Amino acid sequence: MTLRLESDAWPGHLPGQHVDVRLTAEDGYQAQRSYSIASAPAAGRLDLIIEEIADGEVSPYLSEELRPGDRLELRGPIGGYFTWTEANGGPLLLVGGGSGVAPLMSMLRYRETIGSAIPATLLYSSRSWDEIIFREELERLSTDPAVRVIHTLTRSHLDEWNGYTRRIDAAMLEDVAGSPEQGRLAYVCGPTPLVENVASALVSIGYPPARVKTERFGPTGG
Amino acid sequence: MGEIEDEETTRLDGNAAAGVLTQVFCGEPSGAMIVCAGCGATSPIGALMAYGLELGAILRCPHCDTAVLRLGAAGATLWLDLRGAVSLRVRIADSAS
Repeated sequence: MTLRLESDAWPGHLPGQHVDVRLTAEDGYQAQRSYSIASAPAAGRLDLIIEEIADGEVSPYLSEELRPGDRLELRGPIGGYFTWTEANGGPLLLVGGGSGVAPLMSMLRYRETIGSAIPATLLYSSRSWDEIIFREELERLSTDPAVRVIHTLTRSHLDEWNGYTRRIDAAMLEDVAGSPEQGRLAYVCGPTPLVENVASALVSIGYPPARVKTERFGPTGG
Repeated sequence: MGEIEDEETTRLDGNAAAGVLTQVFCGEPSGAMIVCAGCGATSPIGALMAYGLELGAILRCPHCDTAVLRLGAAGATLWLDLRGAVSLRVRIADSAS
């Protein structure tokens, strides 16, 4: 689910940045989690993707208990490494798994907002068609001829699905990513095993390590 | 679950530690470049491997696994151990870009 937060004190963010959300119980116990910001940069507003982890401390509260008008403690925006603005150039290769698409979505939305002509490719791994986050918006974004969105469905798919049905590997990246000589800048975000496999596969097909930026999402206990 | 899987699922990166590090650094920490005392490799803090975030953070070199930066949180006190680092390079002008 998407959680939309508003704050007069929020200065806006850079695409790719995250925010720390802190909850304090009545007895003073505190729990904190990091969430990537999925919205385009905007003062006063930010959207987070909350993936509910059943036995988590924070995500069940955010998914089920939180009501419009409730207040949360935020720290951020945070991050200067896994960020992209037009000044960083491209073309962009964005590789995401599950809710790891959030910071990549912020980059794509920002790119559209500023009318950037930098080409962008998103390779996005989901377990099934129904679990693709932002599916309709991604379809709309990919009507821009400079934007390509390619899905792989790793767990289940309908018979008529003719896209990828496996985890992202070097062969898929070679098909999708194009040659590193094109100067692509890669951003990889998702669960730790996906990020590490994709990053080393990109290096194995010739991407300079400095052109591959990574952000790992843990099963943080949510 | 095997040991390797355990490590794979608990390992994050320096991006995840950036929030707690903002309590020590006056600029944005994840883009700061740190030189590993173990192997001499230079990495942005965001690209280090991160462990133990619930207690502070241990940030390890992605090349040789040296603990480059350790942060302990104890109540209102933060304790920063940098003995695994040779140097830290921070941009002070326009840290947002």
